[in-house]
Amino acid sequence: MEQKSNGLMGWIDARFPATKMWEDHLSKYYAPKNFNFWYFFGSLAIMVLVIQILSGVFLAMFYKPDTAMAFQSVEMGIMRDVEWGWLIRYFHSTGASAFFIVVYMHMFRGLIYGSYKKPRELVWIFGVLIFLALMAEGFMGYLLPWGQMSFWGAQVIINLVSAIPFVGEDLGIWVRGDFVIGDATLNRFFSLHIVAIPLILIGLIVAHIIALHEVGSNNPDGVEIKKNKDENGIPKDGIPFHPYYSVKDIVGVIVFLMFFSIVVFFMPEMFGYFLEHANFEPANPLKTPEHIAPVWYFTPYYSVLRAVPSIAGSAFPGVIAMGAAIVILFFLPWLDRNPVKSIRYRSDWYKGLVALFVITFIILGVLGTLAPTDGRTLLAQICTIYYFAFFLLMPFYTKFEKNKPVPDRVTM
Amino acid sequence: MSADAVNKSKRRLLVAATSVVGAVGAGFVAVPFIKSWNPSAKALAAGAPVLADISKLEEGQMITVEWRGKPVYILKRTDENLKVLASDVDMLADINSDASKQPDYCKNIARSYDAHTKISVMEGVCTHLGCAPKYVPDLNNPFAGSLGSDWKGGFFCPCHGSIYDLSGRVYKSMPAPTNLPVPPYMFNSDTVILIGQDGSNA
Repeated sequence: MEQKSNGLMGWIDARFPATKMWEDHLSKYYAPKNFNFWYFFGSLAIMVLVIQILSGVFLAMFYKPDTAMAFQSVEMGIMRDVEWGWLIRYFHSTGASAFFIVVYMHMFRGLIYGSYKKPRELVWIFGVLIFLALMAEGFMGYLLPWGQMSFWGAQVIINLVSAIPFVGEDLGIWVRGDFVIGDATLNRFFSLHIVAIPLILIGLIVAHIIALHEVGSNNPDGVEIKKNKDENGIPKDGIPFHPYYSVKDIVGVIVFLMFFSIVVFFMPEMFGYFLEHANFEPANPLKTPEHIAPVWYFTPYYSVLRAVPSIAGSAFPGVIAMGAAIVILFFLPWLDRNPVKSIRYRSDWYKGLVALFVITFIILGVLGTLAPTDGRTLLAQICTIYYFAFFLLMPFYTKFEKNKPVPDRVTM
Repeated sequence: MSADAVNKSKRRLLVAATSVVGAVGAGFVAVPFIKSWNPSAKALAAGAPVLADISKLEEGQMITVEWRGKPVYILKRTDENLKVLASDVDMLADINSDASKQPDYCKNIARSYDAHTKISVMEGVCTHLGCAPKYVPDLNNPFAGSLGSDWKGGFFCPCHGSIYDLSGRVYKSMPAPTNLPVPPYMFNSDTVILIGQDGSNA
């Protein structure tokens, strides 16, 4: 065995590529020098994941996945009896909402700077898969406290499965493991929430980062920095991730943790949006809450579901629409035909369309928290049509865009 | 053939044969894992059909039986009630229960067995969001709400105000999309009903 360097690192490097990995992914990973505010959210997502795993591991030490004990073990055991249990639980419940805030911002960044375009299609696809896994994780985790909204939220969502023609009824029973949501359902959701989906999530995140580091990061100008390299083969507009962005990102982490702490310590329920009021009552299969609304991060898609009217008494078309609203994201790299990546150099009317899309998405989210009325349903239908039109009409309207000249090098 | 030469076709055959057998094996191994999600023997026993004695049920009276965690309503209707079922059709969303869930032998106006038209068996689960609708037999009841005096009694859901008639058919423009589901059931005798087991109209 030949050692490149001496000392402990030399000994290790001859047996395990520690230095090589450090260099490939951090100290010699060249990222564009013009990252802005929006580029904090990738590293923040990793940090929230760490918060969730750490707090989740400890919650699982005190939680009992049994319909007779679950609510008690959370509201009495963890919240009152276990020392600092309340803090660990609020880290986890606030972390869940924080995860979605960070991921939605991260996805918006990808959308406006064209980070899904060639050669980063797989980075985007792995990202959408992470989003899907995260939704499954959030949904199953929400059943565990076994409160009223846990139970009835799961009831509404599992009934969506039952809405599938022909096989739905049996599929619903299979998912629940019973004719009603009960012990079997709670136990399997617990297992999936703490073992299976976190493993999938971590695997997908690794794939997301490997794919990103293979092609290199995009930037707010949408310029490929690898096209301009110096004599050493280093991109002229690139700076090593460590120490430049590791130092920049810890500033983001501190600011984020300030907001996170304010929520954890002063408003952990976030006025009923992070922890819904009805969930402070134990699940009661014979008493439906006045108003069933999912947690805020699902509401845009829940609105899409409700906006589609039942056809022949079946809610299935709504289920399809909700699924399609997420699946369509996978195709974004091929729907957008404009060769220019960054919104900075695209037409003004495209900026308007994106702004309208954001407004539409927020309106759908707000409507999903409210009980439906005729007017609200109509608004949700208009927003749903715009949501789909924005993506589906992309192959046509992006061809007519008048782009601005894209610079050769990044701008600061 | 020398010892160093690579026999590619043999390798391909081995890889292909092993893959196919392996895939079949994986398919078989998946079965126990998938089947483990089916209701357990205990859950199946708890979901078994239940008997209901209706010998003491008077006309206009309703009893509730629990089956698979759901309330099942057993209502004995009067002759007057049955007349209303034919006369309120203009106000119904799904008159013939085409879009609603019921066994074929109960897909008729009274949503009952032909031999026992007075007895109505329904799941007390509102098709809107699963609340339990209240039985409101009184013709001059305070819940008449949007239907006013035209409503001749039936079921009223306290959660979002859906109103059903006496055979569980939902009225037009209600939050609930379809009629109350009818579970599978059969008459063991004239006074004993078995809920959860299909019978026939023959």
